[in-house]
Amino acid sequence: MHMKIVLENLTKIFPSRNKKSGEEVVAVNNFNFTIPDGKLIGLLGPSGCGKSTTLYMISGLQKPSSGKIFFGEDDVTELSTENRGIGLVFQNYALYPHMTVKQNILFPLQNLRGKDKMTKEAMLARAYEAARLVQIDELMDRKPSELSGGQQQRVAIARALVKMPRVLLLDEPLSNLDARLRLQTREEIRRIQKETGITTVFVTHDQEEAMSISDMIVVMKLGVVQQIGEPQKVYDDPANLFVAKFLGTPPINVFSGKVKDGKLFIGEDCVLDVPGVEDQEVIVGIRPEGFILDENGPMHCKPTNVEVMGRDVSIVSTSDASLNPLVRSIINADNNNVNIASGVVRYALKPHKVFLFNKETEERIVIGEVK
Amino acid sequence: MVDSKHQWKAWLYLAPAIVLLLVFTVWPILNTVRLAFLNNYNSLAAVNQEEVVTFTFGIENFRKVFNYDGFIIALRNTAVLTIVTVPVSTLLALLIAVALNSIKPLQKFFQTIFFLPYVTNSIAIGMVFAAMFNRVGVGKLITSHGIVNNIIMFFGGESINWINAGSDLVPNMIVLIIYIIWNALPFKILVLLGGLQSVNKQYYEAAKVDSTPRWRVFTKITVPLLSPMIAYVVITGFIGGFKEYSSIVGIFGDQMGPPGAKGSLNTIVGMIYDVLPKQDYGLASAAALVLFAIIFVVTMINMQVSKKRVHY
Repeated sequence: MHMKIVLENLTKIFPSRNKKSGEEVVAVNNFNFTIPDGKLIGLLGPSGCGKSTTLYMISGLQKPSSGKIFFGEDDVTELSTENRGIGLVFQNYALYPHMTVKQNILFPLQNLRGKDKMTKEAMLARAYEAARLVQIDELMDRKPSELSGGQQQRVAIARALVKMPRVLLLDEPLSNLDARLRLQTREEIRRIQKETGITTVFVTHDQEEAMSISDMIVVMKLGVVQQIGEPQKVYDDPANLFVAKFLGTPPINVFSGKVKDGKLFIGEDCVLDVPGVEDQEVIVGIRPEGFILDENGPMHCKPTNVEVMGRDVSIVSTSDASLNPLVRSIINADNNNVNIASGVVRYALKPHKVFLFNKETEERIVIGEVK
Repeated sequence: MVDSKHQWKAWLYLAPAIVLLLVFTVWPILNTVRLAFLNNYNSLAAVNQEEVVTFTFGIENFRKVFNYDGFIIALRNTAVLTIVTVPVSTLLALLIAVALNSIKPLQKFFQTIFFLPYVTNSIAIGMVFAAMFNRVGVGKLITSHGIVNNIIMFFGGESINWINAGSDLVPNMIVLIIYIIWNALPFKILVLLGGLQSVNKQYYEAAKVDSTPRWRVFTKITVPLLSPMIAYVVITGFIGGFKEYSSIVGIFGDQMGPPGAKGSLNTIVGMIYDVLPKQDYGLASAAALVLFAIIFVVTMINMQVSKKRVHY
């Protein structure tokens, strides 16, 4: 029933609005990816990166300029949306305002014709089954306007699931929810996806959201795929500076540095051994959790304040070499003995939390193993 | 809220409009009510103030309205024209608006064409319609046919006496109904098209994802989402329908009927205009109030129905 989705050289070019300037916009550029059967995939990137366009091409609401889309072995590139058998949850849900929850969920079933046509009882049973899955079976006689954002979201998911689609697509499913509900709903989406086993693609600009529930994430920028992989792997092993910066809260700290004789310098501090890297100017990314408070540590910053976050504290400091205005490190609260008045805080670094990037291309420079 | 100190300024700005409304709208309405309930009102006597005016209040005028020769015919004509034209024109306008909304090239062009009747004088259109349905001569001496009869004859039919001397009520009414529907379309199309264009496109995308057949999209999504606009054009359509007058004048002239059958196509407004030159202001006022009552009741019914049918 479910199936992998294959995207082959998928490209979408929007013609320029202004015909004279003739500048085209490449929304999605040569996207190749096989979405494995029954997995939850997060398309992730800042606005304008082409993630929604990709989703709408999978749905068939937008036609690719070139490239192919397969559901399983079927080429669906030329197939219209109606015949793709997908479920789609829109960003603002697009629930029919004049229908009750029940009517909304029944609607896709009532459209079935021919051999798929169902009896009224069967339709009702299916609708209630879908409603129970998203836990809204108590609300079946309400109108969408009488529901909270989270409840509307569930109705939209139930409506998308009720016809048992081959593929479930979600466009920014959590963006209209408040922070608490977002947390709860993303677990919900994960649970529903696990229970149904439907291959699911969702779009988000929130890296935390994507990382927390996806089997795999696809990081995109300006229509180009930057990296595809399991969330933790992408986080621990970013392919370039963009990916490193995009994933993680608080964001990664970025410094200008240089490598000389296998040693990494940030400012005057020789902070780390980097065997196998040629001498060059580099961009250094250090995850906030990559700092260890150490009076004799090689790296120094000027602390400005300490933010208490309960379990952890976040030490905010400045550094002349930093490319961001502030350097933020996350330290276990028990070890917090920073003296701001002293004007200096010293760190040792966890090597696997430090990434080097080429200064021009911003591609990752892999630090070689010591042999 | 305006500071109470400065409220006189607000009143000053409103004054010109209020004065005009009081003189030309509110006072005539009150006077109409007064006249309607004055028995044997005589305008000359009122102006000259001969003796003390001795009119008595009563419902004599209303009795005269209901006994008026031709009141039943006027009521029947008004009702038939309204009840037939409002639903038909609304449905046609809905279909045309949906069609217009779904085409991209030439949309503005067709929009203009459909809107033309709205900016054209209805008497002038009536004359054109009269020419189209015309037939000159009688029996074997028919000398020329209008375009409608020509078309009927081209397809092998017999020419029909639509509007000329000796024509029957049914062909007369058919011509009127066609004219009124055509004349009513532009405004309705405009309102419905405006409504359609403000409907969120995502509902249609959602319907597409759910493989909804076209007809179901129309009946289950478009019509309910347009229901406030549909209610609006139906209610204003009924109000306009009960005030029907100029369309009949446009085609048949102020005799309100084909030659030789004066008044056979009269309406309630036509009847009011009939009695005004006879100086019977009491009767005219009473007829106006009767018309007001009819429109009021029908509008109330409309509102009740639309409350159940109009979504959100």
